[in-house]
Amino acid sequence: MQNEPPEAAARMTYRDAVREGIREALKADPRVFLMGEDVGRYGGSYAVSRGLLAEFGPERIRDTPLSESAFVGAGIGAALGGLRPIVEIMTVNFSLLALDQIVNNAATLSHMSGGQLNVPVVIRLATGAGRQLAAQHSHSLEGWYAHIPGLRIVAPATLDDARFMLGAALASPDPVLIFEHLHLYNMEGVLTSGIVRVDLDHAVIRRPGRDVTLITYGWSLYKCLAAAEALARDGIEAEVLDLRTLRPLDDAAITESVRRTRRAVIVDEGWRSGSLSAEVTCRIVEQAFYDLDAPVARVCAAEVPVPYAKHLEDAALPSPAVIEAAVRGVAARSGSG
Amino acid sequence: MSAAAEASLGREHGLELLRQMLRIRGFEDRCYRLYGELKIRGFLHLYNGEEAVAVGAMEVFRPTDAIVSTYREHGHAIARGIPMKNVMAELYGKQTGCSRGRGGSMHLFDVSKRFYGGNAIVAGGLPIAVGLALAQQLQHQSDLTACFFGDGAVAEGEFHESLNLAALWKLPILFLCENNLYAMGTAIERAQAETDITRKARAYRMEADAVDGMDVFAVEAAVRSAAAKIRNGGPALLEMRTYRFRAHSMFDPQLYRDKTEVESWQKKGPLITLTTRLKALGLMSEDDYQRLEREAGAEIDAAVQFAESSPWEPVSDLERFVYAERAS
Amino acid sequence: MKIEFRLPSLGADMESAVLTEWLKKPGDRVRQGEPLVTVETTKGLIDVESYDDGQLLEHLAQPGAKVPVGAVLARLEVEGTSRSPPAPPAPHATPAPPVPHAPPAPPAPHATPAPPAALTAELPAPAPALAAGSPEEAAAPHARISPAARRRAHELGVSLEDLERSGGGDIVHIEDVEKLAARKPAAPTDERALMRATIGAAMARAKREIPHYYLGHCVDFGPARDWLTRHNAPLPVKERLLDAVLITKAVALAAFRLEGFNGYFRSGRFEQSTAVNAGVAIAVRGGGLVAPALLDAHRKDLATLMQELSALVVRVRAGHLRSGEFTAATLTITNLGAEGVDVLYPVINPPQVAIIGAGAIRDRPWVEDGRVVVRPVLTLALAADHRVTDGRAGARFLRATADLLAQPQAL
Repeated sequence: MQNEPPEAAARMTYRDAVREGIREALKADPRVFLMGEDVGRYGGSYAVSRGLLAEFGPERIRDTPLSESAFVGAGIGAALGGLRPIVEIMTVNFSLLALDQIVNNAATLSHMSGGQLNVPVVIRLATGAGRQLAAQHSHSLEGWYAHIPGLRIVAPATLDDARFMLGAALASPDPVLIFEHLHLYNMEGVLTSGIVRVDLDHAVIRRPGRDVTLITYGWSLYKCLAAAEALARDGIEAEVLDLRTLRPLDDAAITESVRRTRRAVIVDEGWRSGSLSAEVTCRIVEQAFYDLDAPVARVCAAEVPVPYAKHLEDAALPSPAVIEAAVRGVAARSGSG
Repeated sequence: MSAAAEASLGREHGLELLRQMLRIRGFEDRCYRLYGELKIRGFLHLYNGEEAVAVGAMEVFRPTDAIVSTYREHGHAIARGIPMKNVMAELYGKQTGCSRGRGGSMHLFDVSKRFYGGNAIVAGGLPIAVGLALAQQLQHQSDLTACFFGDGAVAEGEFHESLNLAALWKLPILFLCENNLYAMGTAIERAQAETDITRKARAYRMEADAVDGMDVFAVEAAVRSAAAKIRNGGPALLEMRTYRFRAHSMFDPQLYRDKTEVESWQKKGPLITLTTRLKALGLMSEDDYQRLEREAGAEIDAAVQFAESSPWEPVSDLERFVYAERAS
Repeated sequence: MKIEFRLPSLGADMESAVLTEWLKKPGDRVRQGEPLVTVETTKGLIDVESYDDGQLLEHLAQPGAKVPVGAVLARLEVEGTSRSPPAPPAPHATPAPPVPHAPPAPPAPHATPAPPAALTAELPAPAPALAAGSPEEAAAPHARISPAARRRAHELGVSLEDLERSGGGDIVHIEDVEKLAARKPAAPTDERALMRATIGAAMARAKREIPHYYLGHCVDFGPARDWLTRHNAPLPVKERLLDAVLITKAVALAAFRLEGFNGYFRSGRFEQSTAVNAGVAIAVRGGGLVAPALLDAHRKDLATLMQELSALVVRVRAGHLRSGEFTAATLTITNLGAEGVDVLYPVINPPQVAIIGAGAIRDRPWVEDGRVVVRPVLTLALAADHRVTDGRAGARFLRATADLLAQPQAL
């Protein structure tokens, strides 16, 4: 079929899918270029941009010095100047060095200029924990960024989203931050045939269910799916909702699901305090309170800097077992019957 | 060209520069008053003493060049051609302000003049300017980006990152450092191990020169020369040696500097420097000066009138423009 | 011209300053930009400069004085017209009030800054008392019942007291409510049962709260019948008037003319209603009763009343009543004549204060001029609220109705 990307039937990794998204964008629009640390010669610290330098040249696959603030700001300025930059911040951990540019410039320029300016910059960041990289390399700060008006925050969890969310982000006139969980890069699969684009606006039910809604994003999606499998063996049918967009949240999808199942468990790899999971909980309380048959539960990272030792790190992060237990906790029936 | 013709060109040009500086000086003085009368709120950073830098530089730039400035930007905005009434309305917070009243003194934007603000974070504008220059380079435009900042910004990491990136990628950007010797209340020798800013730029293998920022002709000449080189090659930095006559911002008792120091700089300020020169060359009369001052005063009065009578943006529009508005 | 020179605001958080030293005295010339006075602020000493060229006329504040921003410090004579209005800034209209979920509106920009209000913690208002009779009222304070379970309990008419008891202190979920409801045979699970429950609740309340008194009266329906026969003869069936319409009109007129039978008893007092909206009890298919109103029954002619009554019956049978029709009745007439009982003793529909029951119209022996004759006799019963009227008034009402029925042509 004409519209189907040629690699549709082949097995590929999430990494391959992201790369294909970048390639497609570079080929389709001369204004697009990729900029970041080690994206060129090194091939990308997660090998996402491998081979792209040879294909597109150093102007469009642009290695930068270790100057997060400068090159993120430059991405913003280039977007103001008519280009469509993809800025790669190696990980969300280093984005802290560019926080001023992201929060004080990218997020504000449209509103602050009275609508004269818009900043069509796409910033890709690797995020998350689970590889024993210790506290300074294991943050999940997408919830923080989702706090900021003016930004759009997305988290592709599936191969299709990894492949096509970038295109949608580049088409948006607003700054979009794409969070790619580092555990997902190696994930293998095939693209869904027939899908040639995705939106940035909606959450998607990845597994329908009747008894409880698991609300999550990113790598935690797969932990939720695993927990759902285990629960199903005991007759508990969990619905798994992949948020996909963290700002804005898809209120309608969240509410519709929780109204049906009446129970919600939110799984978020960030810490619980003041987090995205807190925000989702609050929205459920605001919009579906009278449909709840149990309090909303959350499974988040333990409130510690992520430790290096494997058993400690595993204990600090959400796991299928803990998610299962949380579901059983809200699904418990009272003694009468 | 005949001497007379030259002289008349010189007179026209000189008076134009004077006119612009008088407009800015008068505007800033009026802002001082309006702030005291509670018409302008928030932070107000006035440009008195530095007028020659904005005026001399803006003489050179094209409409298609991009300008990035700081929170001390009224002079740049007015010299760049943003209508004074819209700047005043912005300071009042009115909907007719150049940023719809959203930004105030520190965040003036005018896309039609390629004026990209206004930034409240010291050195926050430098990376954006680098990006604008990058876009100009990649789109093969012969335009440049002019980035104004102060001596305080030189301490920030973003200054170094930005100069390095600009030099590395040979971007068409002119870094204009207005060294008024103080970063808010901290004198430069207390903040910088190396106080010669041009040396820092040269450390990034960038062309850099120091300029007498009180002499508008010197500023103009230096910027013109730098701009020509930039349009054909890589970036440059000009250190404008200047001084601000007023405090850092309104609420500042200036405990960090001597009144005598201020007075001595005021004696060699940009208006005095220019008028002395023009008079010596016979290009300006006292009447010329009065007339230009009066005209500036009238323009400022009209701007204030405009701001006073302009509407407020309706609160129901508060959430507009957080994101780009799409045609529905 | 003379102007007042005021202490300017020099910062967003500046509220006042202490005047420290006058740098110019009365009579001195001043130039624009020249400092006039030194003031002490939280940040230190600041010189305040003149906005205009002119002459200082008099000091209006003295060294040592603490003055708020905007206070007059001096009077000056300035040259020419001052460029800005010397008077304090007139307050401009503030922008429109904020939309519901917007952050609080900014303070009026032209007002002088008010001293900071003491921050008071605003306690939320205590939760309003729940409506009488709502399920929430019945729940014990320590009951842990999910929001969904509460709502279902309300829908099913399961009392939370029962839930509490059966739950035994555990959290009560929807499932528990449904189980409990299934065990109680009376728990309505369909519309009919729901209606029965609703009527039952209303009747129970009526009997609990309203002190009923009852009066009965036999009415010679002969004149009315004769008139009806003559009136209906030339009319097509659809337009013929029924007994019920005459009775309704007569009752309505009597209620309109007398005090105390047409209106609502609420909040401890009776409110006479100006219009008589006669509630007509109509049986619902499958059991149950509704009493929608014929509006302004006292004013409408018989033909109109007949039309409306017929239409009402049709709509009731079809289940298409409008909500206003349910609640509009100001008194009720219930006619069980078709069921063949002689007298009925009805129950008042709160918040109404009277209900008239009409039994079957039967031929009975009647004494007229000392002789026994046969007449169609209608027995009217009045049940009325003793808080509003007494037997005397009730008797007058019934006799008025009877008198009206005796002159059917005037109805």
